[in-house]
Amino acid sequence: MHHFYESELEDIRRKLVLMGEKCIDIVRLSIQALEENDLGTAQRVLGMDDEIDELELQIDGECVRYLSLRAPVATDVRLLTLCMKGCHDLERVGDEASSIAKRIRRLSRQGRAIGNLAGIPEMTEMVITQLRNALDSFIDESYEKAMSLPESDRKVDDLNRANFDVLMSRSTDDPTYVAIGIELIFISKSLERIGDHAVNVGEEVAYLIKAKDVRHTAAVRRSPETY
Amino acid sequence: MTTAAPSESPAQTISSPDEQYIQVKDFSFWYGSSQVIFDQTFDMPKQKVTAFIGPSGCGKSTLLRCFNRMNDLIDGIHHTGDVQVGGESIFDPMLEVISLRKRVGMVFQKYNPFPKSIYENIVYSLRVAGRSKKSELDEVVERSLRSSALWDEVKDRLQDSALGLSGGQMQRLCIARAIANQPEILLMDEPCSALDPVATGKIEELIHSLKRQFTIVIVTHNMQQAARVSDRTAFFYLGKLIEYDETQKIFMNPEKSQTEDYVSGRFG
Repeated sequence: MHHFYESELEDIRRKLVLMGEKCIDIVRLSIQALEENDLGTAQRVLGMDDEIDELELQIDGECVRYLSLRAPVATDVRLLTLCMKGCHDLERVGDEASSIAKRIRRLSRQGRAIGNLAGIPEMTEMVITQLRNALDSFIDESYEKAMSLPESDRKVDDLNRANFDVLMSRSTDDPTYVAIGIELIFISKSLERIGDHAVNVGEEVAYLIKAKDVRHTAAVRRSPETY
Repeated sequence: MTTAAPSESPAQTISSPDEQYIQVKDFSFWYGSSQVIFDQTFDMPKQKVTAFIGPSGCGKSTLLRCFNRMNDLIDGIHHTGDVQVGGESIFDPMLEVISLRKRVGMVFQKYNPFPKSIYENIVYSLRVAGRSKKSELDEVVERSLRSSALWDEVKDRLQDSALGLSGGQMQRLCIARAIANQPEILLMDEPCSALDPVATGKIEELIHSLKRQFTIVIVTHNMQQAARVSDRTAFFYLGKLIEYDETQKIFMNPEKSQTEDYVSGRFG
């Protein structure tokens, strides 16, 4: 039997998907701004972050309303907890992209070319794939796709460490590069955090599908050397 | 547990563009010398669902029964104040109670179909009113059963006894019977209390769809039901209207601590 208020759950679900799509766009746009040294694009990133923040508020508000009025149980409760926690993770993705955009403004004031971006472009593609898979695992309700995220996140972590080594080495060799190197290290770190948020969404999707909490289990644990 | 005595019932008005269709004005009610409703003033909007909640003995069913003057059948009752439907006092001496009850249909806690066929249950009041044209009666039966989401289940056995239906079907038949006369208002006194969860879900669906045509007032002990089906909720305690507001407000952020205690199950 379908309840008349199920369309409200569908609305919440749709908003989370929309928020996820905006997150993919904002990450791509932030790195495009970096690659093209385009302050206008960086400014657009900040505007998109406001839209993502607004979606977080809407999703949270609608989830609390549904919990208060509809007495949900079972899958419906798990869907709502996913949406409330997932939208927080996605909001953090928007914040990381904004942080990248703000660093681009600082980099533009350095008065010299940024030069090679180390593994950042490759890392961007990886975290966008991470976000895509997290979102698809939710749309398709695919446990396998959700549980594939920790493994691919290890590669993102590895790339972040490699970026750190490269950028530190350049800074050591050229003291005039230090300010740029530090900003790029932080941008790389932001991308690494975006990957983590995608993994978190995947864990929530796994909980939605199997009602089994996979967080902090061997199935999703990062390799010890990550830390 | 908080069960402090309620304060005097204040006038409860909600700013809303909706047309206020049922207006309760300074209304008090007594069974003999026992006052059970204290000076209530509030309005209910047209084509919305208003839920009455509160612990047993709070006067919610008594107030509901006032709206079609069902309490007139009880000796020793009296009231002060007024109740208006569509701007007209239901206590106007010139008003015929029968005509009021055509405008204000009622569904009871325990389904009570007549020991007649499904068809005759629905057309009973029309026959009493002298309407007997078969094509007209057939049309009313189909329209009423469709509106009560029962048509598909009974269309091939309209002449079977209504007593052979399941509990949920009987209650939906009673709703079909109540709306056969096209009332403006539908009163529901705990319509799901004798039903299982599946039948309850169907009645809730029905209430949601019926509000497009009717102004509905429902008394329920089931807080989740009030939250799910109603647009506005009135909380009563010891005959007083404690709080009346949009249902979302009552269940998410009530003004009064007594309301919060009740909707969260801490007393009552």
